[in-house]
Amino acid sequence: MSSMTRHAEQFDAKAARARCRRYRRRILDISQKVPALHIGGAFSCTEMVDVIYNALMRRRANGAPSPDTIVMSKGHGCIIQYVILEHLGVLNRADLDAYCTPTGRLGVHPDYGNPGIEASTGALGHGLAMAVGMALAERGRGTGGIVYVVLSDGELQEGSTWEAVLMASSLGLSNIVAFLDNNDFQSLGRTSRTHPTFYPVSDKLRAFGWEAVEVDGHDGAALFSAVAHREASCPLMVVGRTTKGKGVSYMENEPIWHYRSPSPEEYRRAVVELEATLQ
Amino acid sequence: MRNTFAEALYREATANPDIYVVVADISPAGNMARFATEFPGRFINVGVAEQSMIGICAGLALKGCRPFAYTIATFALYRPFEMVRDDLCYQNLPVTVVGMGAGVIYSTLGGTHHAQEDIAIAGAVPNMQIIAPCDPAECMEATRWCARQNVGPVYLRIGKAGEPVLTGTAEPWVFGKLRYLRRGRDVCILTHGCIAKLAAEVADRLEARGRSVSLVSAHTLKPLDREGIAEALRHHPSVIVIEEHAPLGGLAAQTKEIAWDVQAGCRLDAFTLQDRFIHNYGSWEDLLDAHGLSVEQILARVA
Repeated sequence: MSSMTRHAEQFDAKAARARCRRYRRRILDISQKVPALHIGGAFSCTEMVDVIYNALMRRRANGAPSPDTIVMSKGHGCIIQYVILEHLGVLNRADLDAYCTPTGRLGVHPDYGNPGIEASTGALGHGLAMAVGMALAERGRGTGGIVYVVLSDGELQEGSTWEAVLMASSLGLSNIVAFLDNNDFQSLGRTSRTHPTFYPVSDKLRAFGWEAVEVDGHDGAALFSAVAHREASCPLMVVGRTTKGKGVSYMENEPIWHYRSPSPEEYRRAVVELEATLQ
Repeated sequence: MRNTFAEALYREATANPDIYVVVADISPAGNMARFATEFPGRFINVGVAEQSMIGICAGLALKGCRPFAYTIATFALYRPFEMVRDDLCYQNLPVTVVGMGAGVIYSTLGGTHHAQEDIAIAGAVPNMQIIAPCDPAECMEATRWCARQNVGPVYLRIGKAGEPVLTGTAEPWVFGKLRYLRRGRDVCILTHGCIAKLAAEVADRLEARGRSVSLVSAHTLKPLDREGIAEALRHHPSVIVIEEHAPLGGLAAQTKEIAWDVQAGCRLDAFTLQDRFIHNYGSWEDLLDAHGLSVEQILARVA
């Protein structure tokens, strides 16, 4: 492990905020080129995905792939993954510029085989079971690899997610760290209105043998701390309370921004707000 | 056949630490129990949770392992179909989905346990490969191939128990190639899977009537040996397809497509399961008979 640095002991919250502002800005810029984004769901998990890539996943000194894995189970949020991979130099600027165009290779959902994409998702309720298989393989080989998963609260309605929740604890997979982007929205409205008895979610996860911690999903330090101080004797779910469309007031908690791209005027307002509110 | 599958898998797992078997609450027949005892970390029972069975296999394969998903055919393929399509086929992962007791072998359990249209469904998905061995020996070859291949997902359609050996003196098994179990000049019978036993009886009876008969195991349904089938159509005045599968999308339908493409001049008779659920019960042979698949019914139509 000498060539590998453990994840940071300290979390630089200020630097993380600057990164997340930059990532949101990049997504807004891309939205002016191609109307194929899921801005709302990407902005709600920006801090989570940033913490995973920039603070939790270990890097090898020689630039070799991380021993850790990230699965974007909520595949529709994957534009945030792309802009971070661009920042890390795994994807290049031309890739992002050709997003969702015939000359590019990046689509709305993660496509296995593209640089940095470790599983294809897009249909909900698939990612966690694949993460269980990955974590099992890592344990079998004694690699010490940790599998990070980002889930949406909507996909917790999929029965297949709960099959995987059960398998992760039955197999004692302490090398699974999942983040729930609990933005309380699905296409048809609030998830807590669709299934009121489903909340709080943490109780259900604990009842299924997981460690569950609830934090502010836009507080990078809190997300980091929840993982850094985990018990590591069972799988962990960090339930992040988030706001869909976080960072742009008129997008926040408005389901239309699950699909829509901003007009030039909306884009201008969004940029001004982003720069002002997230200082 | 399932015991042979377990035996082959156990042998492969002994040599390769990346072989996993992920089962959905199916009793470990034959050497599967030995696999579970000797390699407990690589024998995973998900319980009655087939979607996770496929997803977990995908995750294992994404990390370089060679997993087998194993349960009764309907539950291996139908229940977790989107996982088979997206996780295995879309990502093109070398995972073998083993559909045990395919066709109407579970003859008293009703339509919920009959995989009548599994080849059509699996075959419609890009990247999927399909193998249906005709006897335990062929199942051994196919399992070994699945454990060692690096091409992509496979649907391995196998029987249950008690299938006779039909390939004792046959030419070697080669993935993707028709396999002649016997060669003749007048009639060619194309078949696959457990019903090959019935096809062999039809061949015997035709030979007793003085016909020279080829009997062929079309064990690889995808990619189908189109060239081999075209050749069989060219070289026999009569070709008969006997298969335990719905008329849509199986060997019979594809043989007819090929016959049109090559403008075959031979007679072509197809015997398949019907495009309907049969609410009959009894033995496997009784169920096949209800679908029109018996030696007598076939002979009556081709004589």
